[in-house]
Order: sequence, then structure tokens, then C-alpha cells
Amino acid sequence: MKNKFKDNSQLIQLLQQVDKLLTLSPFADRQCNFMEICGTHTVSILKYGFRNYFKKRINFLSGPGCPVCVTSQKDIDKVISLAQMGVRIATFGDLIKVPGSKSSLEEQMALGKEVNVVYNPLDCLKIADETDEEVVFIAVGFETTIPVIASLILDAKKLRIENLSILPLMKTIPTALNFLLTNLENEIDGFICPGHVSVIIGERPYKIIPEKYGIPCVIAGFEPVDIGLAIESLVSQIRKHTPIVDNRYKRVVKEKGNISARRLIEEVFEKTDVEWRGFGEVPASGLKLREKFSKFDAEKKFNINVKSSPEPEGCICGEVIAGKKQPVECPLFAKKCTPDTPIGPCMVSYEGACSAFYKYGEE
Amino acid sequence: MVPDDREKIEEKVCLAVPYRIISKHGIKAVADVFGIRKEIDIRILDDVNVNDYVLVHAGFAIQKLDQEAAKTTLDLLREISEEQI
Repeated sequence: MKNKFKDNSQLIQLLQQVDKLLTLSPFADRQCNFMEICGTHTVSILKYGFRNYFKKRINFLSGPGCPVCVTSQKDIDKVISLAQMGVRIATFGDLIKVPGSKSSLEEQMALGKEVNVVYNPLDCLKIADETDEEVVFIAVGFETTIPVIASLILDAKKLRIENLSILPLMKTIPTALNFLLTNLENEIDGFICPGHVSVIIGERPYKIIPEKYGIPCVIAGFEPVDIGLAIESLVSQIRKHTPIVDNRYKRVVKEKGNISARRLIEEVFEKTDVEWRGFGEVPASGLKLREKFSKFDAEKKFNINVKSSPEPEGCICGEVIAGKKQPVECPLFAKKCTPDTPIGPCMVSYEGACSAFYKYGEE
Repeated sequence: MVPDDREKIEEKVCLAVPYRIISKHGIKAVADVFGIRKEIDIRILDDVNVNDYVLVHAGFAIQKLDQEAAKTTLDLLREISEEQI
């Protein structure tokens, strides 16, 4: 079967079309700033050479699209504090190497603390069942992962598991985008919206962006042609002054998203203010457990006493996430901070902008 | 792709992998990718049938997808496993 999403001639045509549009007003004498929200889009944009192809014409900004990267230093310190208390930590693998102010989970493991890497949060049920120790799942993630975490809570309640809780560090994307545009000084001309977050939330939550700010949004897949289509849509929309939410990933993203998943989220969680790395506290951008599930909240169950901590000295991950700087502007990039010796989370995570820049280079 | 590579890919927080449903029982289903079978959770997806392709994230089927879209994504994942890990 012909793979239409990898068809080079289609991609070349698309890029030529974008090139043509970029020579016309309003782009003729300025660079466009497009922010991709998903870390996997950052990887695709670098890997397939879009950044170099559009150099000086389009500036791609890496946004708050990696759940590990946006976790604040204070929250990483909370995770370390829990490990030091002797509870068994269950976490996605990416978090292991992220340094807190004094230590990382990897270092805690070396000191003999119990840390289990899980791919499916439901694996925590089995871990909790097999031990008498307290198990805490570090619940990072956006809307793609949150229904799964909600299911973990519902199952734990149903199975009456008493020694399991979560550290709720979940965040929601559309609120963050609104905050980016309102509170942080940026000149964003368009958003490439995350594919798999959109599978859950659908098209509607992004509509405030074109309507309130006049900024176009494109929901995109991850193939080269998907990225090309997204760029072409953004440039065309700006040129015609018709900003909308354009869904170019209809093969997976439905207009209303996944309604069952959204119901699950609603049943278990409610909105709360949370701290994002690089943003500070963003009102109503996170989720906490509803009162009837509060016994599964590790923050309440264990007395975690962690003060706010500054980001590592010299690290600009916060500014990279906020679209203010590029990884290569960091004095530590590829010198003191590498994937083997990461100083900030954007160099740790596979989806982090610094890690992607390091891997694919920047000319 | 060998099982170890698949595990490495799946550890990445945000990636979603297409699987084909082999059998289902309640909210669980057995699904296959690259000849490797595993149990997935289908509770947030209505109307899942045997032989459907579904996008799986963190052990959960989050959306159905057509065969062509599934093959495209699988090709991409093969590339990732060969080039990046």
C-alpha cells in the first residue's frame, strides 16, 4: 500500500508552496515564530530537517510539551523527598535522571531506595499488592496520560488497596497555551498542537486561541508530510487573516476527542493551580484528586515539606519551555549539560528540546 | 524490531503505538504489535472489535485508527528503533 504520509513529492510540493507564501506580505521582511507543543513534534522538526530548511524564515519554538520538562524543580524535590522517606516510588522512566536541587531518583536508587519504572500506571496495582510498603506513583502527564491515571485511582479504590497513592503533578495543555499568550512575553504567530493530547480533548479547547488572540492552531501528526501540512496551514491562515483550529490529524483526532476518557478524568480529578517550570504558578492548569479520592493523594498522606527551589544555576530549561530561548543559547548546552550528564530536564527526556537539539545538531 | 526496542520506545512518556486487537475480554484485550502480544486496557474506547487497530498509550487503547494510518505509524516506530535508540 502506498504510504501517502511519506510521499516525498507531496512534501516537496508542500514546501515549495510554503516558500512561495513566505515571500509574500506579511512574511517578506520578518521571521515567523511557530511553537510546537509536543516534544515528539520537536524531535520530528529537527530530525527531518525542517528547522534548517526554514532557517531565518521560520523560528520554531519548543513549547511546554514534555511532561517531565515542565515539572518544576520544587516538584522534583518532592519526589526525591518521598524516596528518602522510604516509600517505594513507581514512575515513568524519563523521570529517573532528572536532577532535583540536591539529588535525582537515579542517585536515590544507588543509595538503595526502591524505585520501580512502569510503562503502564496500572502496574502499580500489582506492585502495591505484592508489598506491604507504601507505593507512590509519580503522576506526571498531560491529557493523553491522565485518563490512565484516573483508571489507576478507580481500580485502587475498587480493589481497596490501602498502600497506594499518587503524587499529582498532571497538567493540562490548553490552559498553559492561554497563559503563555497572556502572561509571558512572546511573539508567537502560530501553534502546532499536540497530536495525542488532542486525541483525548478534541479540537474545541484550542478555539479560544484563534478567537481571543487571532493566532492559528494546527493539530498535527508526526510524519514529515504531517509537519509540512501543519506549516503550510499556519502560513496560509496568517496570510489570509483567517485564524482557526485546523485539524490535520483527522485520521486519529476526532472533533470531540475521546468522550469516555474525558468523563473518567472528570470523575476522578478537579482543576487546581499548579507550578510549571519556566511559567511559575498557572491558575487552573493542573488537576487534583476529588475529595472522595483524597486518601490516594501522597501529598496529603505523607507530610512532604519542600521549599521552593531555584532552577539549576545557568540552566535555561524554563526559558526554552516558555519559547523565549533556544537550547543552543544555554551556556551549559553540550558542555556541562549532555544526555549523559544532564543538568536540566530538557536534556534528560527523549522529548526534551535540549536532548533533541543535542541528538540532531543545529547548523 | 526486537522486544527490547519496543520496551524502550514504550517507556517514552508520550509516544503512542498502534496495536491490532487479537481478542477481548471485558475491559481488557490482547493486542499484537510486530508479532509481540500483550494485554491492553480498552475501557476508554467504545466499540472495539477483534482485528481493529488501536493507538495504545501507557497500556491503554486511546483511539481507533484505520489500517493505513496504523502502518504509517508502525513504519515511523521502526525507524525510531533503528536510528535513535
